[in-house]
This record gives sequence, structure tokens and C-alpha cells, in this order.
Amino acid sequence: MSLPPFQTVLEEYREDVLRFLIATVGRNEADDVFQETFLAALRTYPRLRRADNLRGWLLKIAHNKAIDAHRARKRAPLPAEDVDPGATDARPEPPDDALWSAVHSLPERQRTAVILRFTFDLAYREMGQVMDSSEEAARRNVFEGLKKLREVYA
Amino acid sequence: MTTELEQALERIGPVDASAAQERFLRRAIEEGLVDVAYAPVDSPLGELVAAVTPRGLVRLAYEDGRGDAVLSELAARVSPRVIEAPARLDDVRRQLDEYFDGRRHTFALGIDWTLARGFTRRVLQSTAKVPFGELATYREVASGAGNAAAVRAAGNALGANPMPIVVPCHRVVRTGGALGGYTGGVERKEYLLSLEGALRA
Repeated sequence: MSLPPFQTVLEEYREDVLRFLIATVGRNEADDVFQETFLAALRTYPRLRRADNLRGWLLKIAHNKAIDAHRARKRAPLPAEDVDPGATDARPEPPDDALWSAVHSLPERQRTAVILRFTFDLAYREMGQVMDSSEEAARRNVFEGLKKLREVYA
Repeated sequence: MTTELEQALERIGPVDASAAQERFLRRAIEEGLVDVAYAPVDSPLGELVAAVTPRGLVRLAYEDGRGDAVLSELAARVSPRVIEAPARLDDVRRQLDEYFDGRRHTFALGIDWTLARGFTRRVLQSTAKVPFGELATYREVASGAGNAAAVRAAGNALGANPMPIVVPCHRVVRTGGALGGYTGGVERKEYLLSLEGALRA
């Protein structure tokens, strides 16, 4: 097995990764986390054993980097205007601002699960691989997340 | 209602990742994570693909619609960390421009020989010593590589030259004066030898 040139991987999946990050961490932070994601991917790329699910591999790294960013934000002494990530998200997604603010305020795993399921159309099994959880846990996170979103989006 | 919600979740609008990609590429180079940097290079013989490693030029190829295959080979045989980084090829591009303008007779470039092994590498290293404007025979470069009888193998080695033009396999011709073959087609060999004044019109 041989891996494709990294440039090809970057060009093929850069939009997917950026969309995933805009949906999970918001536009303000998506660019920084995009850098971290692809730098981490490039660092480990030569040791990757399989090239059959590069998108899943990248989404998994992006998911972990999004969690890191989320934790760093919670730890950091925040400037006043930065307290509520939903409120500082300068350009939420039109035409569904309310929906995306609600998505951003979901608990982390529910938010990621809902995004992977509906924005990326991943099967539950693949979601489990990206999020390091069981298929059942992925299903439950989507269910719980959707339930909360319905209250907002009714 | 759920369906409507699910449909809304599918819509995140178009995203433009080009700025994010540019920033990533700059950082990847700064952090030394790029093992093979490549870029297209224009030439009078058509587009070339040039690639360097930290050790030097590792590949120069006539594009001829084979750009993807060239990059795949680099990924498989050198490192999969292959990234397009035109700035890293500035020196190669400048020296090639000078050569095609007739202002440069020898290339001052580091060479990474990873793609040529054993006898092939020795033949190419022997070929690299043939000066601008001069010709050598297949037998002479075979001899320079330590095996004067291996004329046919020397021809194969030149056909597998990963760095045509810079390693001047175009200067190697048959005993008796026939041009012989060339990686990029014999008309390119004629062009290069005419440029160097090695052929009578």
C-alpha cells in the first residue's frame, strides 16, 4: 500500500475539515484549529497504515483538536467580550443563525455527533470511529442532541 | 419537523479553505514538515515538474500529462509528505531559466540521488560530468560507471534519469553519431543539443 502525496489529501478534504470546524468551534476559531489539524496530520502521515478512509482519519484529528481548543478556551482567562462563544461568533451561518447558535451550545459530544450525522452524512459506525465511542453511544448522542435542538428550532 | 431540522443541519453554506490552506502551508514549511516540495516550472520544452528535498533536487520531469504519476512516485519512493511549495523551487527555476537563455552552462544545485540506485546512479553520476556543449557515447558513460560492456544497461539507466536537463543525459549519443533515444522524446534531445551548440544544423 502506498499513501497519496499529502498535497492531494489536503486539496481533497480541506473543505470538509473547515466545514466541520466551523460547525463545531465556530468561524472565529475554525482557521486556527484547521492549522492544528493539518499540522498534526502531516506530522503523523508517513506512519499511517491505511489510506482507505482518509476523510475519517482527518475528521478524527479535527474532532480531537476541537476538544483541545474548547478546553484551552475554558482554561484561559477570557477577555470580557469573549465569554460566550455563541455570542462572539461574528458570522454565524445564515440563514439559520438561531439553529447554529443552538448547535454550538450543545454539549460537546452531542454537538459533534449531530454535525457528523447530518452535515457529513456519516453512518453511526463511522461516527464511532471518529469520536472513539461505540456505535450505540453515537446514536444516543445524536438522539439527545436533536431533542434539544427541536426545542429551539420548533 | 425533524426532517426540516435535519435539512437545516445539512446547510452550512459554501466555505473557502484557500486562505486557511495558505497559512497551513507556510507553517508546515517553517516547522520542517515538508519532505518533498514541488512546483511546476515553465520551459521552452513545455511544462516541467520540479521537486526538491532538504538535500537538493530529487526530480525534474517533463509534465506531458504525467504530473500526478510523478507525485505518486515521489510519495511512494521518497516520502508521502509531498507539498506544493513554489518558493522552495525558486533557485531551480532561476537556474533553468538561465540555462534556456544560454546564460548558464553548469547547474549549481544540490542533488538528492534517492530515486537512482546502484548502477543507474553510477551511470548518471558519470553523465553529470559531461560538459555543456560536448557529447559522450553510451559506452563512455558505461565505462565511467565501472562497466564498459554494459552499454545497453547504461542506455536503460539514462532512460530512467530522474533529473533530465540537469543531469545531461541528452549529451549521451550512440557510437557513430546517431542521437539515440531520450526520456522526453528525441526532438527535445535535438533542441537541447542545438541550444548547447553541440549539433550542426
